[in-house]
Amino acid sequence: MAVMSVADAYRSAIAEEMRADPAVYCLGEDEDIPGGMGGAFTVTKGLGDEFGANVRVPTKHGFETKGLDIANDRVINTPISEILLAGMCVGSAMAGMRPVADLQYGDFLFCMMDQLVNQAAKMCYMSNGQVKIPMVMRAPCGATNRGAQHAQSLESYFIHVPGLKVICPSTAFDAKGMMKQAIRDNNPVLVFEHKLLYGGKRKEAGQLSALGEVPEMDYTIEFGKAAVRREGRDITIVANMLMWYKAMQAAEELEKEGISCEIIDPRSLVPFDYDTVTASVEKTGKLMIVHEDHYTGGWGAQLASYMAEHAIQLLDAPVVRIAAPDCPIPFSPVLENYVIPSKERIADAARRLAKL
Amino acid sequence: MSVFPPKEKALGMYKTMYKIRKYEESIYYLFLEGIMPGTIHQSTGEEASAVGMLYDLRKDDWMASTHRPAGHDIAKGISVKAMMCEMFGKAEGCCGGKGGAMHTGDISVGAMVANAIVGGNLPIAAGVAAAFKMQKKDNVVVCFFGDGASNEGSYHETMNAAGLWGLPVVYVCENNLYSANTSIKLTCCQENVAADRAAVYGIPSEVVDGNDVLAVNEAAARAIARARAGEGPTILELKTYRHGGHSRNDACGYRSKDEEKYWIQDRDPVKNFRKVLLEKLVVTDSELKAIEEEIEQEIDEAVEYAKNAPFPDNESALKNVFWEEK
Repeated sequence: MAVMSVADAYRSAIAEEMRADPAVYCLGEDEDIPGGMGGAFTVTKGLGDEFGANVRVPTKHGFETKGLDIANDRVINTPISEILLAGMCVGSAMAGMRPVADLQYGDFLFCMMDQLVNQAAKMCYMSNGQVKIPMVMRAPCGATNRGAQHAQSLESYFIHVPGLKVICPSTAFDAKGMMKQAIRDNNPVLVFEHKLLYGGKRKEAGQLSALGEVPEMDYTIEFGKAAVRREGRDITIVANMLMWYKAMQAAEELEKEGISCEIIDPRSLVPFDYDTVTASVEKTGKLMIVHEDHYTGGWGAQLASYMAEHAIQLLDAPVVRIAAPDCPIPFSPVLENYVIPSKERIADAARRLAKL
Repeated sequence: MSVFPPKEKALGMYKTMYKIRKYEESIYYLFLEGIMPGTIHQSTGEEASAVGMLYDLRKDDWMASTHRPAGHDIAKGISVKAMMCEMFGKAEGCCGGKGGAMHTGDISVGAMVANAIVGGNLPIAAGVAAAFKMQKKDNVVVCFFGDGASNEGSYHETMNAAGLWGLPVVYVCENNLYSANTSIKLTCCQENVAADRAAVYGIPSEVVDGNDVLAVNEAAARAIARARAGEGPTILELKTYRHGGHSRNDACGYRSKDEEKYWIQDRDPVKNFRKVLLEKLVVTDSELKAIEEEIEQEIDEAVEYAKNAPFPDNESALKNVFWEEK
């Protein structure tokens, strides 16, 4: 076992898969530039040393440029061209490669929406299964004092698109195992990575330590299997990424007050593990859903309606949803803290729910 | 004009052009009869582009098409029977009835599923070309697009990278003068919408008479050889014209009668190539008539077969959303 940050766990997964399978390659802006960050959050830093990259390296008298040798370099520093980035993934995947793309900020997904929704998601289907699109799109997400265009939680846009898999790992163990699974999957997989959980060398205000033990051996984690982060008997809280960490903090306090919370991290949204949630609600009779995404049309709305449709007899109280309100994410740290669900908000809502 | 091709090749090109013409005509009449579902974007008038570009392409080279794919697909080797079944939404269609007129394709002959988002196929073709290089193959990709696609962001993002990285791809602009109803003169400062914007991306280009199959074929040979030799992409701009409207309900009220007469009567690529074949004395009129009758029969049989072929099972609608191992 090695103790790793989430960022290191992702890097380790990508490097191991690149060693094991020559079809795997990385691409993205600033993917691995000497003296640069390795994506925006250090995940791909240093991969070019082992696998080759197109770079501009310092020399005694300035810089020397080594252009891309596309036949041999496996870490591709791309122009800022999101349509190209996604299209390269779709095309190369169709022709037998396994691209792992880095978007820097998930908010830029909108710049490549056609390629993801009209192309990647539909090629297998429209061709009646003639081609597969094994591609990974890594999308850092979450509010981090950067203002409305570098703050969004975007998972829910994509759970609506048939043909895309959507995962949101949040521990080092899951990061490595699920990234490996994503790279080996034969479909487009969107990986949402919360910026405050990376634990990389780049420090972020409000970041949590998600350092965790990661096995040395090769392992993968199947999609569609939720993780029960905490067992409890009174309330089921389903929360993803940063939110389940906050729910854990709230649960510690609530335990002292005699309210026992079970916390479930879905880990993957497509496919979604409804069974684990249903089994938990069967025990607790109460369901709270917490996500950083906006209230209207968030994945919590889908889960709540699923439970209403299939398991309403298990519920002793209305489903409670805690989410960011329907406003863009503001910059001011005070305002951002106000809109992003907090430990206090989760605890208050749980106290009210416990009384019902 | 350099060397006239040998008789077998010249006749082979004519056969495919004629097959595309008759296929599109039959589709047109099936729509008029009201028995074919959906919409159509016909390639009638653009046969020289499809055949000139694809005649010498290897089967394991790939081709990316647009919302107007029939000519490209037939020239790349999809049977008219599989195409016709797809048009009727039948199970034996090349995409099992799930693709339709704008998404025909058969990867076993190198025809990627056609792409109905203008410019959507451009970066995908770059990705395929990159994969060929990474896999140390000498294959190339031919990617068709229309004049309208040259104004999409995807065009500029893709050309920048394709030129920068020297990808083995030939980008072929079929400039038929109209982006749907709108003249390219209203949407772009350049006369040659794709070729004039190639140099800025470090990509060589040629403007070619897109209705002359031999001129297209020669330009294709140069561009494909460059790509295969690792010398990078080429942009070819083929000047051509669609005989019909953009789609099935378009009566082309925005085109002048003089313009239509010039392109449709005087510059018809199929009729003109037929004349060239006769002038060059490689073939007699009766030989050509026999070839044409054989093709007409093949199309008629495909139509009858497709009409009577079974529809897919309802359950197939829910298959292949994700990859399924065979």
